[in-house]
Amino acid sequence: MADLVCENLSMTFTNPQTGAAVHALKDINFTLKKGELLSVLGPSGCGKTTLLNLIAGFINATDGNAKLGGRTIDAPGVERGMVFQQGALFEWLPVSRNVDFGLRMKRNNPKENEELVEKWLDIVGLQGFGDTPTYQLSGGMQQRVALARCLINDPEVILMDEPLGALDALTREKMQSLVLELWKETGKTIMIITHSVEEALLLGERLFVMAPRPGRVHKEYRLPFAERGLQESLREIKHDPYFSEVREEILTMIWDMEEEIMGRV
Amino acid sequence: MFEWLSDNRASIAAVLILVMTGTFVWSIVVGRRQARLTANDEVFGDPVRTKGGWYWAVCGVSALFLLWSYYSWGVGRAYFPNAANEMCQIAKLEEAVSPIKAALPIGSRYYKSTLLASRNSDQLDNLEAQLEGTVFSDAEKSELLDVIGQVRELIANSSNPANMGEEPKAKLLSLAERLNELSSYIHAGPNGLTPSDEALAQPKWGTTFTEIPILPITERGMLFDAASVEAAEIAGAFNKIRNKFSANDVLIDDIKTRIEALKEINESGEFDELERANREDYVKAVERIFKRLDDGLIFPAAALEDVDTAIANLDATARDAQGGLRFADALFFPGPGIVKSRTQCTEQGPARWLPKPTDVVATFARLANPDVESGGGYRGFPLLWWDWLPIADVVAFFIPDWIADVWPGEYASHGPDGTITPNFKDKLLAFAQGDVSLGHVPMLDGHIWDSLFRVLVALALGIFLGVPLGLLMGVSRFFKSFFDPLIELYRPVPPLAWAPLILTIFGIHDDGKIFLLFMVAFAIMVISARTGASGVLLSKIRASHSLGATDRQIMWNVILPNAMPEILTGTRIAVGVCWGTLVAAEMLAGTTGVGFIENIARTVSDYELIWVTILIMGILGLVFDLIMRWIIQRTIPWRGMG
Ligand SMILES: Nc1ncnc2c1ncn2[C@@H]1O[C@H](COP(=O)(O)OP(=O)(O)O)[C@@H](O)[C@H]1O
Ligand SMILES: [Mg+2]
Repeated sequence: MADLVCENLSMTFTNPQTGAAVHALKDINFTLKKGELLSVLGPSGCGKTTLLNLIAGFINATDGNAKLGGRTIDAPGVERGMVFQQGALFEWLPVSRNVDFGLRMKRNNPKENEELVEKWLDIVGLQGFGDTPTYQLSGGMQQRVALARCLINDPEVILMDEPLGALDALTREKMQSLVLELWKETGKTIMIITHSVEEALLLGERLFVMAPRPGRVHKEYRLPFAERGLQESLREIKHDPYFSEVREEILTMIWDMEEEIMGRV
Repeated sequence: MFEWLSDNRASIAAVLILVMTGTFVWSIVVGRRQARLTANDEVFGDPVRTKGGWYWAVCGVSALFLLWSYYSWGVGRAYFPNAANEMCQIAKLEEAVSPIKAALPIGSRYYKSTLLASRNSDQLDNLEAQLEGTVFSDAEKSELLDVIGQVRELIANSSNPANMGEEPKAKLLSLAERLNELSSYIHAGPNGLTPSDEALAQPKWGTTFTEIPILPITERGMLFDAASVEAAEIAGAFNKIRNKFSANDVLIDDIKTRIEALKEINESGEFDELERANREDYVKAVERIFKRLDDGLIFPAAALEDVDTAIANLDATARDAQGGLRFADALFFPGPGIVKSRTQCTEQGPARWLPKPTDVVATFARLANPDVESGGGYRGFPLLWWDWLPIADVVAFFIPDWIADVWPGEYASHGPDGTITPNFKDKLLAFAQGDVSLGHVPMLDGHIWDSLFRVLVALALGIFLGVPLGLLMGVSRFFKSFFDPLIELYRPVPPLAWAPLILTIFGIHDDGKIFLLFMVAFAIMVISARTGASGVLLSKIRASHSLGATDRQIMWNVILPNAMPEILTGTRIAVGVCWGTLVAAEMLAGTTGVGFIENIARTVSDYELIWVTILIMGILGLVFDLIMRWIIQRTIPWRGMG
């Protein structure tokens, strides 16, 4: 019963210069069951990152609360792993020390750490890169390190903020498959933020389309593509007529929101 | 070996200069060829264009060496090792005739007589103009006017060739003849003159403190030396000639009595203090002019013509007799050449303050010699060497005396038999004061080490205290706000402005200097560590939190390494600034250190020593920076890669 539950989650920022209130999030309500894969989509500035930061415990909600397994979230914790877009690796450490960072902070047995690092590097496809400095890796490989670093801690929920946003198309596709594989193998709850509609469809067992001002969940989908992606090639799925249909629908939806924002501004 | 090198420094320089000239030309040839090869490969502005090019470094270094050698007369000495000695003899002749020249329009623009006549006439005009407004009675005024007229007459009489007596005329004539004879003597050339043994035994040019051997060691030098002796005698005779004749003698006596009479009136006591002072001033002014003219120093211009021609003749002859030396002087001895003063010949111009490269190396080698007994080191202390350091001293440095004072109990006092049995408290005090024998360890020693030690200790303290504070200031509102004003208040003050204060408080020994440098290093380290700490990416901090790191762990494992580039850059800057401050602080006070050497060298105008210290500082600074660069390369290859 380690479900992630958000109740009336709201976040209001105060602009330090003007003092004006920004309703980044307003009354978010949802329950993410253990093992579900949720992707969150929305126009820029609709509060996706804010939502993730709240769940990660980096900031505290102005109203409502988020709970994991019944406990209210009020600080960062190991049970909620984070994967950032980029720049969150420790470039002064080699790959293996990056991966076992969490274990070392727990003062785990170094020998055990070594084995776990081996195992996870294997899983994310980085065998033999343990001693490489991270800054010598390509963008895709760096995100694999970030994934391994997060997963080795065995978190209950994995939170990803546009993890593949900075990657080129081909690498991105491979990484999408990897995320699906990891989801399947570990059975973790995953919440992934993306600004790519295709990615959201491919990776989202559930999909939230958020709307801005105030940030809220505009529409929710339940999609079959993530399950299918475990067996089929992602490229084939993209040619599925249903896939295209949903994609067009969401694109129109976001397009309209953007129009609205522009109009209001 | 060292002696031999030192004595033959001119020859060594000759070889070096040839090699350097070859290197210079060769590097330009290589450089131009390389430039042609790569001309089409790179566009202007491409940073690649600055890569490589060691041959231009060679070119620059050899050009610098050659310029240095040239302007310091290193080239001149290398190829004309006897030139300075000969120039010194010529300077002797120049010095000898200079009193005669001073009276003629050769040494200055006008005859000395012309200047005497015109200046004193001008002053008489002035006095006459002032006379109307003075306190004198009308009778006295006309008397004074008369005296002034007589003094004018004195000038006029002296300037008239017709008045000149036979004796001074004859003397001037014979003097001109002696000068002409001297010219012929020089013109005849050095026939069979041989330098004395004493002259040949002199140290070579550059190896004594006075630099240039003063006794002639060449034939030509002997000739000029001998000529200078005769010239000095002629000049002495010239100085004794006076233009005196009876008409002036009568005039002079008359003026004297009249001035005396005027003075007596002034002192009669009839006048109040102010009036008397005014009267005395005026009469004294007239008397002063008269005194300048009463001993026959004004000659008619025509009477000096013969001497004038003779001196011009002597100059021309001396110039011819110099032969090739003149060209060497003009080409290889830039500046005003060599001047003979009372007891020595000295180099003038750039050679005076720019020592020759070989001399600098020789001075450095002399200082670097660790054998203080045989003249090495500076002021009885080596430049950089090692010595046995009592361990007790080190221990005493770390254990303050008050620990023994606060230890429970009393110090022992002398017993009935007059002896003392030390108790534990006494032993502790001896320990704290270094009065025990704990053996010795080898330790670096010397002026350079003293300077280095101060910098290193201050730097270490600055790093170990400054970095933690800086990191805390980078992450904590309290630390930032509390310490920021304190540090920002003292930091902008130039360190040397603190120096007098700190040297007073801590004394002129190491403590004061170390504290001064510590202040410098501390501020730099705090600011750089703080910049590094506050520059850490938020996502790294958040990731660490999510990975379960505690605040302390984040500090050690994320913020500190992340601030490392700034900390190391700060250290590099701190090393440089500390070094600069230290040398200045050592110049203010102290008895050891590189700055101390330079300070002493400055007060005695020992330019070689000044350059040696400058060189030492430059080299040490370079070594420091190379070490820092190496450390930076090794420890933070990831800089800027995040
Ligand atoms: N620390 C903050 N202070 C003030 N406003 C903020 C802050 N963080 C985010 N916001 C505002 O909240 C809104 C949502 O931001 P964010 O969650 O980053 O959007 P998204 O990730 O969907 O692009 C934006 O309007 C942004 O300007
Ligand atoms: Mg965002």
